Amino acid sequence: MDAVIRNAGAMPVQEMGTETDTRDYLAHARAHARKAGYADWTIVDIDAHHVETVHWHEIIDYIEDPVLRHQATMYQKERIGAPPYGLNGDLGLRYQDVGGRIPHQSSRREKVDEPGVHLDVALTRRAMEALCVDYMVLFPTPMLFIGMHPQVEMEAVLSHAYNRWLAENVLSAEDGILSLAVLPFNSPDAACRTVEEFGANPNIIGFTVTSTRYKPVHANEYMRLYRMIEETGKPIAFHAGYHWQDPSLATCNSFLGMHALGFVWCNLVHMTNWILNGIPERFPKLNSLWVESGLSWVPFLMQRLDDQYLMRQSEAPLLTKMPSDYMRESCFYTCQPLEKSSEVGLKATLEMINAETQLLYASDWPHFDFDAPRAIYDIPFLTEDQKRNILGRNAARLFNLPKKDRARKAA
Amino acid sequence: METVRVGSVEEFEPLPAKKVVKVAGEEVGVFRLDDGFYAWRNNCPHQGGPVCQGRIYNRVLETLDAGRRSLGRRYDEERVNIVCPWHGLEYDIRTGRHPGNDGMALEPVAVQVQDGEVYVSL
Repeated sequence: MDAVIRNAGAMPVQEMGTETDTRDYLAHARAHARKAGYADWTIVDIDAHHVETVHWHEIIDYIEDPVLRHQATMYQKERIGAPPYGLNGDLGLRYQDVGGRIPHQSSRREKVDEPGVHLDVALTRRAMEALCVDYMVLFPTPMLFIGMHPQVEMEAVLSHAYNRWLAENVLSAEDGILSLAVLPFNSPDAACRTVEEFGANPNIIGFTVTSTRYKPVHANEYMRLYRMIEETGKPIAFHAGYHWQDPSLATCNSFLGMHALGFVWCNLVHMTNWILNGIPERFPKLNSLWVESGLSWVPFLMQRLDDQYLMRQSEAPLLTKMPSDYMRESCFYTCQPLEKSSEVGLKATLEMINAETQLLYASDWPHFDFDAPRAIYDIPFLTEDQKRNILGRNAARLFNLPKKDRARKAA
Repeated sequence: METVRVGSVEEFEPLPAKKVVKVAGEEVGVFRLDDGFYAWRNNCPHQGGPVCQGRIYNRVLETLDAGRRSLGRRYDEERVNIVCPWHGLEYDIRTGRHPGNDGMALEPVAVQVQDGEVYVSL
């Protein structure tokens, strides 16, 4: 053996766990950011998550109805072993971490000792630093199921409380922590109220429909809502989710199969109704954003709808061009989770959706299938200009975001 | 190529054991199984995640009976995987290969034991 020169230094974190600091967890992403020179790039993460139920005891204080607020307070105070007050969901069917293989999905119990700073602000700042993003748009997590709530009124009550809590405690333009208000979509009037209340808030840059629900997005009762959102100049987003109790998805015996289909299925249905009923024709200035379904479903649906539309145009008389034209021109997409096992398929997908203008980067951090910015940066057939558009410029244009301070990002 | 000392053999207990080290800016995971030592760069070919800083799991198998009916899953007692903590991709610690995709593999690092000490060469 050659002469031993020195001892190898042990890495400070030998095994990532639920208590690992976000910055350690994402150190490789930060190293890539330095190497790629992201300090000079505008990077906007359109879909990251926090776990709002950790703070449910705070959120219930924002319930307007005094009786429900009192019930919620008593429930949170005295009920043992129960999920958050009033919230529907899938209880223990949350296998995203693959049996402990992906700890950051399960929880982030890292030490945070920043007096006066909300926990979610601290955690979001750490993720932004590691991923080198200028803006991070937060979405809730368990509340993605709220469209399946059996009590329509409670969807409105909890959505309103959450939106207010988030706006007052977590969002900050200075930090670049933004969000899209959750619409209680099963109550059109309450959804309109959400637009009235948050339409002018600069930290609320759009409005979210949690896609897991059984409401037709083309119903006449939603036209006032779409008009109001269009007038704000902000987009409407359809954030995908799954619903394992859906009779078709209930045939899937693995989270793998159910999740792969579920996160696409809801947006496939909503997009079909959105396009065939001519919503882009009725509201030409209303931009729609399709979040967290990946991308490979889009070329499938474009081809499928185009093929059928030519034979049955009389069933979609509001359309003046092919369905795929609307999907390419008035719809925006977030990339995550980017399906990249086939370079041929990915290239065709990005061309078909006109990714250069319509595609927005999203990390989905801290979820198990998150994408760091290099998911886009490493695509071999994109030019640097195209990468810069996808990673930030397209979002900055869509949301009218001001440029951030370069010096702070480079630090 | 530079050879560096990672530690003593006794430090790699109980089995399976691992140690993740940094040498001249390069991160390496050194593993000890019951048949010897293995070393891989701490870089997941999927998205560059810190694969060697993940948890160790035995490979999962599915058992079929003679009629090809599933009898459920079980752990393989021989094959041991390191799991990338970013996205859960698993790699056989002995071969460095993903159990479901032979074309996806970790980058090997030379490892040897001499006089009770473990060394890697980069």
